[in-house]
Amino acid sequence: MEPLMAVVIGVIYSAAIYMMLRRSIVKLVIGLMLLSNGANLLIFTSAGLTRGAPPLIPEGLSAPLGDVADPLPQALVLTAIVIAFGVLSFAVVLIRRAYEIVRADDLDKMKDTDT
Amino acid sequence: MQLAVLGGFVLATFAPLLHRWFGDRAGQVMALLPGGLALWLLFQMPAILGGEVMVFEQAWVPGLDITLTFLLDGLSLLFALLISVIGVFVLVYASGYLEGHPDMARFHVVLVAFMMSMLGLVLADNMVAFFVFWELTSVTSYLLIGFNHTDPDARKSALQGLFVTAGGGLALMAALVMLGIMGDTWSFQELLGQGDALRGHDLYFPMLLCLLGGAFTKSAQFPFHFWLPNAMAAPTPVSAYLHSATMVKAGIYVLARLHPSLGGTESWVTLLSLFGAVTMFIGAFLALRHTGIKSLLAYSTVMALGTLTMLLGIGTDEALTAFVAFLLAHSLYKGALFMVAGILDHETGTKDISAMGGLGRLMPVTAVCAGVAALSLGGVLPLFGFVAKELMFESVLHAERLSLFVQLLSLAAAIMTLAAAAIVALRPFFGKQRDLPKTPHEGPPSMLVGPVVLAGLSLLFGLAPGLVNGLVGAAVTSVRGEALPVSLSLWHGVNLALVLSLVSLAVGLLIFRHWERWRGWLGKLDPLFARGPEAGYFWSMDMIVKVSSWQTRMLQNGYMRNYLVMTLLVLVGLTGYTLWSRHVLSLSFALDVRFHEAVVAGLMMSGAVVACVMRPRLAAVAAVGTMGFGIALTFVMFSAPDLGITQLLVETLTVILMILVLFRLPRFANLSTHLERVRDLVIATATGVLVTLLVLEVVDHRFFPSISDYMIANSQPEGHGHNIVNVILVDFRALDTLGEMFVLALAAIGVFAMLRFHADEYEARQPEREEPSDG
Repeated sequence: MEPLMAVVIGVIYSAAIYMMLRRSIVKLVIGLMLLSNGANLLIFTSAGLTRGAPPLIPEGLSAPLGDVADPLPQALVLTAIVIAFGVLSFAVVLIRRAYEIVRADDLDKMKDTDT
Repeated sequence: MQLAVLGGFVLATFAPLLHRWFGDRAGQVMALLPGGLALWLLFQMPAILGGEVMVFEQAWVPGLDITLTFLLDGLSLLFALLISVIGVFVLVYASGYLEGHPDMARFHVVLVAFMMSMLGLVLADNMVAFFVFWELTSVTSYLLIGFNHTDPDARKSALQGLFVTAGGGLALMAALVMLGIMGDTWSFQELLGQGDALRGHDLYFPMLLCLLGGAFTKSAQFPFHFWLPNAMAAPTPVSAYLHSATMVKAGIYVLARLHPSLGGTESWVTLLSLFGAVTMFIGAFLALRHTGIKSLLAYSTVMALGTLTMLLGIGTDEALTAFVAFLLAHSLYKGALFMVAGILDHETGTKDISAMGGLGRLMPVTAVCAGVAALSLGGVLPLFGFVAKELMFESVLHAERLSLFVQLLSLAAAIMTLAAAAIVALRPFFGKQRDLPKTPHEGPPSMLVGPVVLAGLSLLFGLAPGLVNGLVGAAVTSVRGEALPVSLSLWHGVNLALVLSLVSLAVGLLIFRHWERWRGWLGKLDPLFARGPEAGYFWSMDMIVKVSSWQTRMLQNGYMRNYLVMTLLVLVGLTGYTLWSRHVLSLSFALDVRFHEAVVAGLMMSGAVVACVMRPRLAAVAAVGTMGFGIALTFVMFSAPDLGITQLLVETLTVILMILVLFRLPRFANLSTHLERVRDLVIATATGVLVTLLVLEVVDHRFFPSISDYMIANSQPEGHGHNIVNVILVDFRALDTLGEMFVLALAAIGVFAMLRFHADEYEARQPEREEPSDG
């Protein structure tokens, strides 16, 4: 499954970067969404994929039965998902403010400090 | 020893305080430090002359084998004596020259710091410490040359000196590092015994080139000689010090210090003789072009430095003796001459020799000092300069390589130097008196003591050269690496060297008689000098500015996507190259995919692609959402239920947020040309391919055991939780989670603040703005 996931991650990255290279600010936000998702998937996949063995310990035992999926990357990705959401909402509101004030949706027109 | 030098730096910082206490006498008070050092050095002299080498150990950075060890042998003794003795006179002289100057305190801070850097430089045994002192002299001399900071010329000259010497300092650093590798030590002492191994080393030649790059820039050898005459912008006491005993001698010092370890090879002899002789000739030649007394003296310093380099290059026993004698003679007469020049400038208000005349009657002491020192510069009997010049001719006549070349240039330089000496000594003091900006009279005693003592020493050592046999001999021993008894004498009998001296005396006086006409001829060569090495310096300065502004325009142009493209290209280029060159990608893997997994994968890929091509904004956001839910499914399928839940929630929130804000945002604009799109597509695809390859490489590679096993084993016993991921988040890595909460809180505050600040308030202040076209 990993090779297929590698291809999926590659496609998501390509799409994210293509969108981030656009001059329209809304496309930049979409690119940002795609990129954070791609990055989460990359961390998750890099650690290896395991089917049907979540890192849970059955009631009454002190260790899981048999091998389970690696819990550490999952913890990292969990953090990353939440942070990505925080960053995204900040970026979206920031861009909305910038647009309200500057009235330009073209990043190239936002490069100077004078509005 | 270390204490004295480092204490000097401390004293330098107290200079302003001393000024408050002693006023204009602070210079004299501070002169006690170099004076005391000189006395101490004189007490050590018998031991050093007896062949002893004193080492003062002091650890500095023991872990890196860097010490602050000081070494006192013949060579460093000679240099340290010159620095401290002339330093005393310069400090006393400056208190007269700059009397009443508002920035005296600043002057003393820098001058004493410079003095101590120079002392550290000639005493350091460790190459790292040596280099630190070397750079300190560059920095402090920059501050000294630019002392009159309100004068744009002084600032320019100071910067030029700094650029040239600091640029050379980089080369020197490379040379010292290579030496450290070659000899496996940082100590000059320990390099001594390894001469043959060093000379045979593969790195010898590149190291030598770097070393010469450092030494030649510092010691103003051709083609780097231009900074030194420009450094005349400094106050005259500084010039006297820089030229006689310090700064420019640092390059000569490092060559002499390394001579026993590195000298004698074909490349050493050829390069040093060649550049030394050319510098000597050019210095003497250019000296005659100038009428400013300081410029004239500055070029004669260039001449002297060239001579010293050439003698080190020739490297025979005679040449090394001549080297040390010339060094001593030059320090004495050049210090005196600059101080005389300062008195003339101070008392007459002009620096132009051709405007002076008949001052001998008004300032007799100055005139005598000038005469004695200039005779020494010209190499006339019975001054110490004559002894040195005889030795120089003697060794040039016996040079083994490039002999005819160095002989001719030496003779020509001696002739012109004599003419220059005659100009300095005779022009201002004889002939008819002229109108001057100030009414001249004899300088104050504080300004006379230096030239009198230094010129007196020139005469004393000339009449009784046996007095310095021991000092010169000890220095020659250090430069040569083996003991060599020296006995200097004024009269060598009638030999070829004497004949050459007489010839140069006669022709030199002839040139002096016809100096005005000679200058006229030289004036015709001016266009040639306009293309000299200094033009190269200005050109390279211009180019640095142009290249940096071009580079800034290219790389820092304010377009976000350009930064992104640059970063990505570097990423793809470097990582791709490493992957390609270091790894054989094993693309043979079992494609173990189940049907529903393939469907989810397809869903994610098409979501990403559709988000890019959809025109309506809502559709694009929906497509990203689809992909996000696909990712949530993937998490669930591959044993990460917590991730799946979180992703599902966050994705839902994201989509809701986007839809809420979306209609306040502009529509997708079509801003790029077709070509730009293709370019971006290529970059995006390349990055995507790279990421795919990286994931394929990384999966299942473990370079060290994972900490996960510990977490799995201890989750229940230590953390009392059955969901290991949760235990990691709130227990094992709780601080991370705390940080995450801070980030979220900050983002929330930011969002809140931005939403609270309404655009209407902004609009109210800018009423002329149009309403948005998109609701």
